[in-house]
Amino acid sequence: MQVERSIAAAPPLVVARGLGKSYGGQRVVDGVDLMVHEGECFGLLGPNGAGKTTTLRMLLGLTPPDAGELRVLGEPIPARARRAREQIGVVPQFDSLDPDFTVRENLVTYASYFGLRGPGLAPRIAELLAFANLEGREDTAIAALSGGMKRRLTLARALINRPRLVVLDEPTTGLDPQARHYIWQRLRELRDGGTTLILTTHYMEEAERLCDRLVILDAGHILACDTPRALINAHIEPHVVELIGTTGGDAPPPELSALPGVRLHRAGDLVLLYTAAPRLLLERLDAAGQRYLHRPANLEDVFLKLTGHELRD
Amino acid sequence: MIVLPRPSLRCLAVWQRNLRVWRKILLPSALGNFGEPVLYLLAFGYGFGELVGDLGQLPYVAFLASGIVCSSTLFTASFEAMYSAFTRMANQQTWNSMLNAPLMVDDIVLGEVLWAATKGLLNSSAILIVAAAMGLVADWRALLALPVLGLAGFAFAACAMVVTAYARSFDFFLYFFTLGLTPMLLTGGVFFPREQFPEWVQQAAFLLPLPHVVELVRPLLTGGSLHGPGLHLAVILGYAVAGLLISTALVRRRMLC
Ligand SMILES: Nc1ncnc2c1ncn2[C@@H]1O[C@H](COP(=O)(O)OP(=O)(O)O)[C@@H](O)[C@H]1O
Ligand SMILES: [Mg+2]
Repeated sequence: MQVERSIAAAPPLVVARGLGKSYGGQRVVDGVDLMVHEGECFGLLGPNGAGKTTTLRMLLGLTPPDAGELRVLGEPIPARARRAREQIGVVPQFDSLDPDFTVRENLVTYASYFGLRGPGLAPRIAELLAFANLEGREDTAIAALSGGMKRRLTLARALINRPRLVVLDEPTTGLDPQARHYIWQRLRELRDGGTTLILTTHYMEEAERLCDRLVILDAGHILACDTPRALINAHIEPHVVELIGTTGGDAPPPELSALPGVRLHRAGDLVLLYTAAPRLLLERLDAAGQRYLHRPANLEDVFLKLTGHELRD
Repeated sequence: MIVLPRPSLRCLAVWQRNLRVWRKILLPSALGNFGEPVLYLLAFGYGFGELVGDLGQLPYVAFLASGIVCSSTLFTASFEAMYSAFTRMANQQTWNSMLNAPLMVDDIVLGEVLWAATKGLLNSSAILIVAAAMGLVADWRALLALPVLGLAGFAFAACAMVVTAYARSFDFFLYFFTLGLTPMLLTGGVFFPREQFPEWVQQAAFLLPLPHVVELVRPLLTGGSLHGPGLHLAVILGYAVAGLLISTALVRRRMLC
């Protein structure tokens, strides 16, 4: 109780009201409101082109919004973006490690952009190399690192200034499952240590596992904002049955959609049945010899319901 | 509408980053930037010098040496602010990573221009030393040429940065070379006296910065007397300031969109 109240009383790290951005007459971010609190992991979940990167760039003062108000770490953005960025770590969507340098030189150079130098730096770098599991690779050239190592180094680099807020744009896109789990584990450690995280993703699994709260973003609009569990509870029946082996051209099996309390959704050649009470439905499917997958509802279902299309294209 | 640049001392981190890379590739980089002009100096100076004889009081080699000191600043600073800076901006994401840290576009542009000017100055200083060793430098007044060359490098780099801010690919720089730098080099009095050209060409050439650099540096190196140094400095300074203002505004527009 005590703790919760003090978190609620602390000013939010990010407050955005009515953020908007157009490119060539097209509104790519439209009326976005955000409130991110100290110590939480906050997600922006949306498909490619939803406006995630544009929103993050606005938070960092790199894209001037053409509508709305924005404060990050108490500073008005973009007017005082430099002050805010002193306390932010950024993991960009695309690799921006310095190919002219080794692993260590990358960290030393990036530190110098924050004005960090001197005797405190070497121990900090050793700490970060351990955190990123890159010990022994100090003198490796960037080109010789694997994709997973580059991402880990990018994360380590983002932490050089001991940021209060870390912003990550699709931190695990393109990584294999093992590398992805490693990053997730490190992000949870950071969050548990009190660092606030904002991440974008189009993986519902990533959003569900990592984010305390998230917004669902589509075509520049926020469709919903809550904890993953609350979003699922609020929008989706708890049971999902996916039919296997039906083709898109077929009409939906009429006897199934006619069942009370069953909602049928088609997405491409996928037929999804949502219900709170699956017993009767499953009996019918078994009797008909229909193959199916019975699973709990997830964020992907929420997305599908709110937008009518799938999260990943 | 140009909003005045508001760079901070963080621009030195940009400068230092480039210095750090340069130190790693010192040898090949020095060979290209320094070796080539020295070869030109030796070959043309002695090969041509015999044919040309003296220009006024001045042996042709000495005339040429003071010209090449200027043109090496021009080319080193321009190359750095075009090809190298463009690579960092567009291909390597170096500027983007700086912008994720607390550096602003204004710091990056100023840091890059300062670096390109530094590289130009290092290069022309090396050539100056070679020229001195060849007995082509008159006296210690030559040291006064160094701040002039530093300012000139800044001006050339700042103008090149304007081009970089517009460039979509490396090909774009060829226009600037062919339509801008090469005519300026040929009419600037580097290889032969500007007076060889018709009057109107001479006057047009004086609108560009290089002849003003040559007018200052040549007397300082060869022991001649300076004519109207204030005007020459003012023109170079004008290009430096205008180049920095315009390029900062253009890079802001390009990077912060
Ligand atoms: N600098 C830009 N110029 C023009 N269009 C842009 C620019 N940046 C983004 N867009 C467009 O804005 C939309 C949202 O892009 P983005 O924010 O990158 O989406 P996401 O990160 O969610 O994939 C896309 O349609 C993209 O093409
Ligand atoms: Mg993106």
